[in-house]
Amino acid sequence: MSFLAGLRYMDRRWIFLGVGLLVLLPLLFSFHIAPVQPSNRARGFYDAIEKVPEGSVVLLPGDYDPGTAAENYPMHLAAARQLMRRNMKIIALALYPAGPPLTDQVLRIAGAEYHKTEGVDYVNLGYKVGNELVMSQMGQSIPKTFPVDNRGIPVNKIPVMKGIQNFQQIRLIVNVSAGYPGTKEWVQQVVSRYHVPMVAGVTAVSAPEYYPYLQAGQLHGLLGGMAGAAEYEILVGAPGLATRGMDAQSLAHLFIAFMIILGNLAFLAGSKKGNGR
Amino acid sequence: MNLHLSHDIGVWIAALLTLGIFSFLYRDNPVYKFCEHLFVGVSAGYYVVLTMISSVYPNLFQPMFTSFMKDYHWLLVIPLILGIMLFSRFFPRGDWLSRWPIAFVLGVYPALRITGFGQGDFVEQIHGTILPLWVPGSIGATIGNLLLVAGLVCTLIFFFFSKEHKGALGGTARVGIYFLMVSFGASYGYTVMARVSLLIGRVMFLLDDWLGALKF
Repeated sequence: MSFLAGLRYMDRRWIFLGVGLLVLLPLLFSFHIAPVQPSNRARGFYDAIEKVPEGSVVLLPGDYDPGTAAENYPMHLAAARQLMRRNMKIIALALYPAGPPLTDQVLRIAGAEYHKTEGVDYVNLGYKVGNELVMSQMGQSIPKTFPVDNRGIPVNKIPVMKGIQNFQQIRLIVNVSAGYPGTKEWVQQVVSRYHVPMVAGVTAVSAPEYYPYLQAGQLHGLLGGMAGAAEYEILVGAPGLATRGMDAQSLAHLFIAFMIILGNLAFLAGSKKGNGR
Repeated sequence: MNLHLSHDIGVWIAALLTLGIFSFLYRDNPVYKFCEHLFVGVSAGYYVVLTMISSVYPNLFQPMFTSFMKDYHWLLVIPLILGIMLFSRFFPRGDWLSRWPIAFVLGVYPALRITGFGQGDFVEQIHGTILPLWVPGSIGATIGNLLLVAGLVCTLIFFFFSKEHKGALGGTARVGIYFLMVSFGASYGYTVMARVSLLIGRVMFLLDDWLGALKF
């Protein structure tokens, strides 16, 4: 049996080890392969926020949980930084049960950097069960859908919620999404009905699903996975977790591409010897 | 490389549970099973308590018990009764009662989703593919629009099953398959990126939050 044909029977744990080392070493020894170049999709996301007048009210649904925090958290934090730098009034919420603590963390970090006060400049309305029903009800009344914020304070006593009734007061939706409910549902239930402009930062695995929305103008910008988050961090001027992870990502991708080619060669070598499927 | 081990017990628990889950990569083992079961149990408990605190209490109990006659809050009796009826599933003699609230959900939810799909996807996506096939001064946009329209037509024809795929129809459907394969390849690439990103996130947590070995 040739070396290539023998690869078909290689223990897959060697591949796990290879990927693990290629992720670990660049992070430990911090070497850089190539600088991150922002794409048009990330620029669209950034520009859409820049175009909104300072002081406007922006909805920031953080529809993800710790399972996808590696991808969503960096873009969420960068978005909060850009919004606060532009003095936007942020109304944050979550349609994922484990989302509110991550939103709290993001708002507190960005709020401390830009000297913003909870309740005055931003509010975390927390989690609400109901998926699309929550979005639909918010179109009728946001205070009735979220009578209290994440801390249990009635929304009519929160200064940043003053005058907020429904989507008519919202100038932009900045959605950070891990899947369902998320970007697709916000587009279907809110963008198409109430014509509120929207940008989205999504997990890489779900990103291809949202390209049609971007092409049709239903989304003004799209961040796909850690790469999208890194591009956006560069635009915001605050390189962080995503930018730091891109070298490990590139090396792991090269290794996986190499293993796919090697796997196909091993399959061909096996087939020629009559050991094919 | 200097280590600055975390003094936070929560970080230690999270780090050890992460390593416990990763141990599955070597082989299935009791530590992995313990971590998996712990996750399922904690998640279920967290979800129940959070739903009570964030939705049931502020949106149902509080308005009912503090201002029953104000703003039609008395109407909340209906969802309360429907919710209680769902629990009839625990009693075999009365479990038929649970079909009514389920029927209500089945009626409302598809209606909401169908109208959302109709407005957000069906109409807007057709609108998004009505494009000029010649964009003066931009050869890139012209090629992009031509590819999009050709890909759409060929792929739609692939899913047209009322006539056998032979001749021109078969050839167009075959081109549609190539477009689909390109989209599957792109989706696979994105999936790889997603999974590697999650690994990077965990490794960063272990190196930075737990061991304090990363320099930012």
